[in-house]
Amino acid sequence: MASEIMTLNMGPQHPSTHGVLRLVVELDGEVIQKITPHIGYLHRGIEKLSEHRTYHQTLPLTDRMDYLAPMHNNLGYVLAVEKLLGIDVPERAKLVRVMMAELTRLKSHLVWIACHALDIGAMTVFLYAFRERELVMDLYEMVSGARMTSNYFRVGGLSRDLPAGFEQKVQEIVDTFPGHFDTYEGLLTKNTIWLQRTIGNGVISAEDAIDFGISGPALRGSGVDFDLRRDLPYSGYENFEFKVPVGENCDTFDRYKVRLVEMRESVKIIDQALKKLKPGPILADAPQVCYPPKESVYNSIEGLIHHFKIASEGFPVPEGEVYMAVENPKGELGYYIVSDGGNMPYRMRVRPPSFVNLGAIEKMAKGSMLADLVAIIGTLDIVLGEIDR
Amino acid sequence: MAENNRAVVKLKERFADALLEYKEHRGEVTVTVKKESILEVLKYLRDDLRYNFLSDVTAVDYLGQEPRFMVVYHLLSIPNKDRVRVKAPVTEADCSIDSATALWNTANWLEREAYDLFGIEFKNHPNLVRILMTDDWVGHPLRKDYPLQGPDREPYKGRLS
Repeated sequence: MASEIMTLNMGPQHPSTHGVLRLVVELDGEVIQKITPHIGYLHRGIEKLSEHRTYHQTLPLTDRMDYLAPMHNNLGYVLAVEKLLGIDVPERAKLVRVMMAELTRLKSHLVWIACHALDIGAMTVFLYAFRERELVMDLYEMVSGARMTSNYFRVGGLSRDLPAGFEQKVQEIVDTFPGHFDTYEGLLTKNTIWLQRTIGNGVISAEDAIDFGISGPALRGSGVDFDLRRDLPYSGYENFEFKVPVGENCDTFDRYKVRLVEMRESVKIIDQALKKLKPGPILADAPQVCYPPKESVYNSIEGLIHHFKIASEGFPVPEGEVYMAVENPKGELGYYIVSDGGNMPYRMRVRPPSFVNLGAIEKMAKGSMLADLVAIIGTLDIVLGEIDR
Repeated sequence: MAENNRAVVKLKERFADALLEYKEHRGEVTVTVKKESILEVLKYLRDDLRYNFLSDVTAVDYLGQEPRFMVVYHLLSIPNKDRVRVKAPVTEADCSIDSATALWNTANWLEREAYDLFGIEFKNHPNLVRILMTDDWVGHPLRKDYPLQGPDREPYKGRLS
């Protein structure tokens, strides 16, 4: 029978495209022949803006890229600037950063599991995961005052120390979250509909995954045993013990399992960080770079001038270029900063994991049914704010 | 030091006349090569030195300098847990370089982005069209002479805030 190719617009108002993504899908019957993604037009222009702001002023721009994991974006940026400056941050600041980064991973993965499950039709998990995410948001609010755009890390350390009662709250999360993960697994892993829609769907082999530059859980789901936290450690991750889960069948179900294990490992890392946490300074001994303590700003003219100078002029950064990549919940989030010796980045480039991962969508979906495309978009865990910086 | 880095040692042997510069800064090795040999160098790094993962392709606009653009490749070796940065200068008059899509599919979208925002043409790219801006957009926003506040505005000379 002669077949005719039909072109279908999926998005930008489709609920499973998670934002401003539009996929032009060419179909033969229900089988996908070709996908042309049109990404965004969000255009915050973060890379361009950062060329006109000081290093501290650039920091709030970075939260807004991957709005599900703002602290990870901050972490990559401050680590890159610290590397460029050649300064080292105190132990307590490192531990708090690791702890917050892993809480962020939980927060991001909870949104992933919620939306992925909802895309495929499981509503209970969606409600449960968002309920748990609120607890992490409360912690965000405690440390930074904002539930989403955290802006808590600073070049040289943290903006302030942990508030009273924070550690108990984190301990509660450590104690209760593994039980919640059991619930999700109970709802999904033995669910026939879930299994039929994820197993064997969106297969991408390890070679193809590397060829397409896929990173993060999607890469590990394809069986590549690589995690930046373990293999190119930063911010003291070498002192933590955790497993890196790896998939075998390279399909949507494997990526689901990898992320679930990752959440459990994150809880273990948070627990270790909590046990290691000792009182101490939270800012590096670098007065040129770090804001002075608030007491000295309010009570002494020197402190006030110092604060004013850093806030308005910033600080000069030695000439050079660095690339600093962190293991964002979506994959390798890299910051490439070129300094010309001034107080603003000459060029700041963000290597966005979602952007590169989305590039593989045609490879993953070609030959599948249209309905499976929803599962494949969900399994890539894309955030459009990061794709179209 | 950069001289002892395994990539630099091998590249010095094989591509002596293409290698323009190599240096190490904050523990990161940067190799600058002539743009004519960029594909050979990348292929050699991928196949023989196992830098199998192309992390990033981007560009830097050094307005007022010659050559004006620098195309930057970040390579990662998953087996050896090692990174290297490869750069190739591109002049404003001949604003083009060979596409790395023949070696990695990653390069496809990343080169489209660099083309879109910097106007650098990647030769032999299968589908070199804009990716972040609309098809009919005029200009390349990340160039230093492109006004910060958008087209038809004076280039902003002072500070934003």
